[in-house]
Amino acid sequence: MELFGLTISGALELLKKREISPVELTKAVLGRIESVDDKISAFVTVDGEKALARAGDIAAGEGGLSGIPIAVKDNICTKGVRTTCSSRILENFIPPYESTVTGRLLNEGYVLIGKTNLDEFAMGSSTENSGFFTTKNPWVTERVPGGSSGGSAAAVAADECIAALGSDTGGSIRQPASFCGVVGMKPTYGRVSRYGLVAFASSLDQIGPLTKNVRDAAVLLNVISGHDGCDSTSLNMDVPDFTSVLGSDIRGLKVGVPGEYFIEGIDSEVAIPVKNAISQLERLGADVVDISLPHTGYAVATYYVIATSEASSNLARYDGVKYGLRVEGNDLLDMYMKTRSEGFGQEVKRRIMLGTFALSSGYYDAYYRKAQQVRTLIRRDFEKAFEEVDIIATPTSPTTAFKIGEMISDPLQMYLSDILTISANLAGVPAISVPCGFSSEGLPVGLQITGRHFDEESILKVAYAYEQSTEWHKRRPLL
Amino acid sequence: MNYEPVIGLEIHAQLLTGTKIFCGCSTKFGSEPNTQTCPVCTGMPGVLPVLNKRVVEFAIKTGLALKCDIAPYSIFARKNYFYPDLPKGYQISQYELPICEHGYVDISVDGVGRRVGITRIHMEEDAGKNIHGAEVGYSFVDLNRTGVPLMEIVTEPDIRTPAEACEFMKMLRSIVRYLGVCDGNLEEGSLRCDANVSVRSAGLEELGVKTEIKNINSFRFVEKALEYEIKRQVGILKDGGRIVQETRLFDSDAGVTHSMRFKEEAHDYRYFPDPDLVPVVVDDKWVEEIRTTMPELPEQKKKRFIEELGLPGQDAALLADEKALAEWLEEAVKLGANPKNAANWLINELMRMLGEDKTPIEDSRITPKHLADMLALIDKSVISGKIAKSVFNKMYRTGKDANLIVEEEGLVQISDSSELESIIDKVIENNPNEAERCKGGEVKLMGFFVGQIMKETKGKANPNMVNELLRKKLAE
Repeated sequence: MELFGLTISGALELLKKREISPVELTKAVLGRIESVDDKISAFVTVDGEKALARAGDIAAGEGGLSGIPIAVKDNICTKGVRTTCSSRILENFIPPYESTVTGRLLNEGYVLIGKTNLDEFAMGSSTENSGFFTTKNPWVTERVPGGSSGGSAAAVAADECIAALGSDTGGSIRQPASFCGVVGMKPTYGRVSRYGLVAFASSLDQIGPLTKNVRDAAVLLNVISGHDGCDSTSLNMDVPDFTSVLGSDIRGLKVGVPGEYFIEGIDSEVAIPVKNAISQLERLGADVVDISLPHTGYAVATYYVIATSEASSNLARYDGVKYGLRVEGNDLLDMYMKTRSEGFGQEVKRRIMLGTFALSSGYYDAYYRKAQQVRTLIRRDFEKAFEEVDIIATPTSPTTAFKIGEMISDPLQMYLSDILTISANLAGVPAISVPCGFSSEGLPVGLQITGRHFDEESILKVAYAYEQSTEWHKRRPLL
Repeated sequence: MNYEPVIGLEIHAQLLTGTKIFCGCSTKFGSEPNTQTCPVCTGMPGVLPVLNKRVVEFAIKTGLALKCDIAPYSIFARKNYFYPDLPKGYQISQYELPICEHGYVDISVDGVGRRVGITRIHMEEDAGKNIHGAEVGYSFVDLNRTGVPLMEIVTEPDIRTPAEACEFMKMLRSIVRYLGVCDGNLEEGSLRCDANVSVRSAGLEELGVKTEIKNINSFRFVEKALEYEIKRQVGILKDGGRIVQETRLFDSDAGVTHSMRFKEEAHDYRYFPDPDLVPVVVDDKWVEEIRTTMPELPEQKKKRFIEELGLPGQDAALLADEKALAEWLEEAVKLGANPKNAANWLINELMRMLGEDKTPIEDSRITPKHLADMLALIDKSVISGKIAKSVFNKMYRTGKDANLIVEEEGLVQISDSSELESIIDKVIENNPNEAERCKGGEVKLMGFFVGQIMKETKGKANPNMVNELLRKKLAE
């Protein structure tokens, strides 16, 4: 096998045995990017020299990720390395500080291989809203990789990195993981520090891993989890070793299947592999029961009120005064308007306007406050369900990867592609997407496993058991 | 028709914490622009606020002093608006569910008492400062002040006269200084006052249209600005006009208020709970802990000065108002000074001298010990009250001890009767005519002789003994 095809666990083993060096591995990955990224366009920034210099400084085996080339979504601040959020407004922004998650990766000896493309400010489901370019799905390059962490998912699928970090506000890790046939996990809200993640919707955003298998997801999660004094919403509680549950038995475990997630609009190319996967869990000894999450139908509407409201405020700081793009104007207001008109793309502007409207006096109660109330109902749906079951199994996305340009003119249809992932963000519960099959066109399908608050262990355990009993994760796109 | 003013105040107090409200930057005043900043207070992409616990503590302290209910659960909200000195495009403040509500302060003006309700106290961050005119075509922004903690105190519209508004501000300033939560400096802007004022026909319940007056940066201006604005409003109403609800700026040079002429549209701040911060949960235990650290407040101190130290009401109020003065007096009393005498010297002499030199009591060269020692010298008749004045002046200038000054300058009072008698004899001898007239009944000439004796002794003669001896001699 080529070195770039390694998983974290596989690479660590070779590095520890000194069969390869961090520099060799980094070179292999950089070479892979060189040869395939023209086709994929996963990266916004790759600094090969810096990555090699860093790899040369690392003594293999010292940290948990020593010498592992990892890609980071370009909305996570990396000190001294351009962080654009795929937006023209931050095209030349170089953060003066390190995010908590990448700080933790640095402590463990990772090599930053590059910053990956996303829908501008993580607003989108395909990377088509990137201010720079659209990333291609490595399986079928006429197709989108999903989004917003499409660059990270495609980079992992195309072996342009060993693993990657993404962020998930309404499915932005899980949906691209599903589209690209990799593992993607959104941890419990509060499990991973958001300090240094450029905020889209603060109460929903969560950083998580995109990896080639479930074990790697657990390994990365071990590093990035835990309380951070810089993030008031990160929870101060012990972090277990997430790898310790891998391989344990799932017999007797209760798997809930919510009827609301298998409604009309779910592509049969998706529904069938997911149903097969659920049967596989049954064969592995789990008890499958039908459950109901009755407020599922309100999730998309609720999400688009809350997420856009928070975004309208979070994105106010891009005003041309302190950093990023400034377009000179006749006066202050003119400068603000020109800067933001030229700096933001269509979708970002649409969401800022939606959110500004929802928070306006006179509308606040009807929209924002009401959405928060519905959010509580959705959270209770999950709490109630988890009184009966240990995990919930559903498709990750209603479809496989759609064609580039297919939905760009229909934002509402695009919003609906997150219908199965959004509820986990609203409820704050952890969820993972694992490959569970392929469509007739050869496009990957993802199984979503959702768990209780702070019970990432159960979903990792089930995902691992499923993965190990199937061959899906071993398939790689031909590039 | 008679009009009654209705006044409510909104006060911003800069809190005396060492670091900012949501980051670890220093709050020191007067540093080079943008040197007390970090990614958090400059609003870099991706940063998050973390609440400074001291700020909550200071707000609770103030809430307790102003008899407020302390909310067990309060939340921060974002107030959204664009301005270059506001790097995030929103100010983190409190909106629904502030930390303190429903308090009051009792004040009195010319013996008339009034209870001013406190609607709420909330915590928020200060904005930075725009700098104009340094370069043509550009303005600059200094973010050192961004994130300095503020407390906003809002009163009920309970105030009825400019004098009451001023008295309220003085009382509030005194309280926050006692608590050590704010230095209370209006001129430097660490205490800022905006006033909402309207007038209505006397006897009516319904409130008139109000205006908000900003930029009132001294106690004198509180009264001046309100007096002007009330007169302006009454004038308009008397002419049959209508008051426009607006924000007006006080121009202290001209003594008038100007309309700020903002666009008609009201700002929509789109407040919503800040998702980056968790609710502030305050349990009873914490409140009780803070309560035990509360100092004696000016009202209690004044009461004690009257009841225990026997000071006249006015003196007690004057001294209790200013923590440093009150503590100065208490220290002198602790060192054995008679409270009334000490208060007299402090108010009539020391405060006058310090006032002339624009020196705060903290920098006075005369210490409570100096005064106590000097008063002891008077009590023991070592010096007279008159000599004491010159000793006090000398102490004020040099910071020397009273005993030392008396010794160095030979100021010890002459209380030896034989020595005094010989001086008196000499003076009578030198002024035979006056002595005769005095003996003949011109009693007012006694003063002349006392003066001559004092002149002869350079003021050191014991005045009581001089009077007694002189009377005897001139009666002979």
